[in-house]
Amino acid sequence: MVRAVPPADLKPTTYAWHIRAEDLRVRAGRRMAVDGLDLRLGQGVHGLLGPNGAGKTTLIRALATVLRPAGGELEVLGRTIDGRTDLRALRERIGYLPQELGYYPRFTVREFVEYLAWLKKMDAREVPGAVQRAIERVGLAGRADDRMKTLSGGMLRRAGIAQAIVNDPDVLLLDEPTVGLDPAQRLEFRTLLRDLGARACVLVSTHLVEDVAASCTNVVLVDDGRLVFQGTPEEVAGLGDPLDVGDSPIERGYTALLARPRPRREAGR
Amino acid sequence: MTGNPGPHAGPDLISAYVAGDASLPPDTQWALEAHLENCAPCRRHVAEAVTAHAPAVHSLLDRVWTEVDATALDRPAPVRSPLLRAVRRWAPPSQAPWLLMSVLVALSALGIDLLARGTAAPSLVLLLSPVVPLLGVAASWTRRLDPMGELTATTPRAGLRLVLRRTAVVLTVVIPVLAAAGGAVGVSPALCLLPCLALTVGTLALGSVTGVRRAAATLGSVWVLAAIVPSLLTSRPSVLLAPQSLPVWGLALVVAALATTVRARAFTTLPGTELP
Repeated sequence: MVRAVPPADLKPTTYAWHIRAEDLRVRAGRRMAVDGLDLRLGQGVHGLLGPNGAGKTTLIRALATVLRPAGGELEVLGRTIDGRTDLRALRERIGYLPQELGYYPRFTVREFVEYLAWLKKMDAREVPGAVQRAIERVGLAGRADDRMKTLSGGMLRRAGIAQAIVNDPDVLLLDEPTVGLDPAQRLEFRTLLRDLGARACVLVSTHLVEDVAASCTNVVLVDDGRLVFQGTPEEVAGLGDPLDVGDSPIERGYTALLARPRPRREAGR
Repeated sequence: MTGNPGPHAGPDLISAYVAGDASLPPDTQWALEAHLENCAPCRRHVAEAVTAHAPAVHSLLDRVWTEVDATALDRPAPVRSPLLRAVRRWAPPSQAPWLLMSVLVALSALGIDLLARGTAAPSLVLLLSPVVPLLGVAASWTRRLDPMGELTATTPRAGLRLVLRRTAVVLTVVIPVLAAAGGAVGVSPALCLLPCLALTVGTLALGSVTGVRRAAATLGSVWVLAAIVPSLLTSRPSVLLAPQSLPVWGLALVVAALATTVRARAFTTLPGTELP
């Protein structure tokens, strides 16, 4: 069947950035995990890098409308997220893979993705096709009718990615999607990321600097809840010198950025 | 495939289009194709016209489909059971152990009541009935008790309607058990069920402010301290469960239902009520 383009897809956007944060502060428990973050992200694949405890997951959860910002401004797809926004319309356009993917063990992969498609209020006529497409895109078609509890860690991750992309979101938030993927799958995943980045704003949190170098159009480096650097992977690679720790130019750039003293980081922005 | 398809294409236009008629102006052709993208009935007419008037195209399409079929990975599997799917949309599997526990609590109360028959002790079924569904209600909308809680909370369906669905499941399981247990020990069904409903809806109303889990814990503890402990200590049925307090329970139910309706938005905004 011909894929029809609904008028909603062709409508011009009324926002300049898919994600815009000004002086954003988000609490994780009692700690202010995101503390004064400024960020502007448009279409493309953005790699979110940072050491453990830098506030990556908290930032992604705030963007996924799980956590309420404690201060500052946060806009996703032109809608301000605060305590008063009705989030239903916005949530239809977000895809989210949490760091710890919860699932019902007795669901098959297809049932899991289908259940999420239902929760995302997708048109019931489109669901079977969209589910099949999402499962094929992450390479799980052969295991689609196996129960979730029989999947390996990497396969669970891929099932999680399938549910995140099933509704063709405009903002896709993936929290450590490459954990547990074997090298071949990671290569496939990079291709998928580039593909997704062609029409959506994809934010990928990861520890693997080389994933970012290979598939991201943009690097966002956070530390201590603040933005340290935003630019292209080439710019990061250019910042490292041979004395920095790391096996590749981008790893050396990454360590160089994190090793900078705070005032120079501010200047570097 | 919604959108405004405009007026439907006539049979003449469709057959001219299918025949590849050169006299068909390009703009008409273009308009027809734009219309076909959004209109399933007209696409079907085109397909019928192709079958009837253009056998060459028809056999070509057949061949293409055969080839596609041969290379396709897998056909989408049929749904295992529509009934199972419907059940899961009402009651996620994580709710099952809590429902089972609620039923067991009610049955244990019934067992104790039957053993203590003839003594002056107040009926445990009656005393426990208002708090039995709270377990299930709290479990249905608490992030920590639902493995898919975080994902559910970020979907557009998260909201009062989904909470009400899950609450309804809890009540459909618990109410028949309570009614039967109440009948077996000779308690009036109204006394058994009205406080039960009032506390359940009260949990949702209070939950729109504090989160459903905290609301259930608060109301449950208040009930234990105000009704269960005193009547077990004094061996007299609590005045809260006397027939004359039924109108008060009815009023409480109405107030709680109204409050929940007014606060419905709290379930779709941040910080959300515990699960969303």
